[in-house]
Amino acid sequence: MVGMVTAEPAHAMIHVEDLCVSYGHREVIHGLSFDVKAHEILAVIGPAQSGKTSLLRCLNRTIDFVVDAHVSGSVRLGGEDVRTVRNVFDFRRRIGMVAPLPVGLPMSIYDNVAFGPRCAGLTVKPDLDALVERCLRHAALWDEVKDRLDMLGTKLSGGQQQRLTIARALSHQPDVLCLDEFSIAIDPVTTMRIEEVLRELKREMTIILVTNLTQQARRLADRTLFLLAGNLVEVGPNDMVFSEQPADRRTYDYINGLFG
Amino acid sequence: MTEPRTPAVEAGLPASLFAETAFGRRKLRQEAAARVLFLVMTLMMIAPLVAIVSYVLVQAWPALSLEFILDVPRNRMTEGGIWPALVGTIYLVTISLLVAAPIGVLAAVYLNEYAKDSWFTRAIHLAVVNLAGVPSIVHALFGLGAFVYAAHLGFSVIAASLTLAIMTLPVIIASTREALASVPMSFREACWNVGASRWQTIRGVVLPNAISGILTGVILQVSRAAGETAPIMFTGAVLYKAVDRGSLLPYYLDDQVMALSMHLYVLTTQVPNVPQAVPYATALVLLASVLLVNTLAIGLRVWLRNRKRW
Repeated sequence: MVGMVTAEPAHAMIHVEDLCVSYGHREVIHGLSFDVKAHEILAVIGPAQSGKTSLLRCLNRTIDFVVDAHVSGSVRLGGEDVRTVRNVFDFRRRIGMVAPLPVGLPMSIYDNVAFGPRCAGLTVKPDLDALVERCLRHAALWDEVKDRLDMLGTKLSGGQQQRLTIARALSHQPDVLCLDEFSIAIDPVTTMRIEEVLRELKREMTIILVTNLTQQARRLADRTLFLLAGNLVEVGPNDMVFSEQPADRRTYDYINGLFG
Repeated sequence: MTEPRTPAVEAGLPASLFAETAFGRRKLRQEAAARVLFLVMTLMMIAPLVAIVSYVLVQAWPALSLEFILDVPRNRMTEGGIWPALVGTIYLVTISLLVAAPIGVLAAVYLNEYAKDSWFTRAIHLAVVNLAGVPSIVHALFGLGAFVYAAHLGFSVIAASLTLAIMTLPVIIASTREALASVPMSFREACWNVGASRWQTIRGVVLPNAISGILTGVILQVSRAAGETAPIMFTGAVLYKAVDRGSLLPYYLDDQVMALSMHLYVLTTQVPNVPQAVPYATALVLLASVLLVNTLAIGLRVWLRNRKRW
């Protein structure tokens, strides 16, 4: 183990064991086991169809909504198995989720961010105002929209909507923030600003970053997990994974574009 | 033939960069032909509509007056007005809508938002679609057996309204499901990701976005219920019912009832010596009331769409 040891002993925030996911008869994840430590950024890299998004859906149990999806193995969040949660709706609030393509809900910018808290019963106007402002600031969007919070969220540009989605994911103060290729609809400058924010947010929460950009994983993550066709190839600190000699030859090939 | 020395040629590009080709000309011809074809079809669709409305209007003109709407039929239906039939139609349509709309819309919400896709829900869907295609006379027979006799409601406003409700229900379910299915799945997922329950998602995002489509489906059924004769003829509508002129609440739920569609049928086929303008005027009132309801619905839809919240 080199370098990346955090100041306090990191305990496992998420513990995934022998996770298998299949849709109908097609298995897409074949027995994943790994830990995510509290307050780290774990990057998940891998080509298309390797099961990255399915993995995230298992974490917040939105996989329940996929018809004929079958999940086995266990995912533990803070020691509790997510499959045994009774109030799955409140459980999802512990996990913030940002989808690859921005989804601005057809309501005002303010309501987009306030929707989650309201669903959790928060109705005090000053509290909501403060929360909305804080989330929009975190998502590097506040300065652009502070004068037009009652405008339809869907009228924002693609990049702005993606930041709105990030603000929404932060609105319920999650323990874990999952970002699924958040930067594909955003320009590089904004991406950098959000990456800065993620480094800050690390102090408050654990972050899982699914990305196609290996360089983004390299500069942002503490550890990186390489998924290939539903199998875990390698997971380790960035100095290992991005070194000249990672544990698995395929990791080197993928990161350096020598694949196939 | 020498190549013209255009700027393109001087820059080393082929001279034909913007020249017309045979394929290009054919493409433009097809484009023009398609446009004309669609325009002609549109005009053919509008023509009968305009013809019907103007013909009815011209024929009805001599009989039209406020008195025609407010008065009761007199002198063996050859004079007087259509008030009892107009109010009867409003009764029937309103009651059938009050029954069918909540059941249909809520059932569709369940089928589209909660029910898992299984053989059972597929069977329900198939049944609904097939029921929507059943002729109204069959619904009439069902209403006669179920409501008039089996449920002992008798030949009455309530039996006729329930029959109309049964007739409109499957179409309301089908159109509401269409409207709900057109709300993008990503909206729902975004809500679930922030911890919204299914009901909070439906209330907060799905219904506000589907409401104009749902209303369209329901309103179309109002027009259909107002125009149908067969279902009410077997279950509650009569040739003549004595009612006070201009009275607002002339019927009890267990009364027999007059209705515009039935009245029109009776005037044209059953009653001798009716002045020609009277049935046309009746038809015009029926058309106008349907048009009025549709216009109100469009207004409501526009208003809802602008609010996007409710």
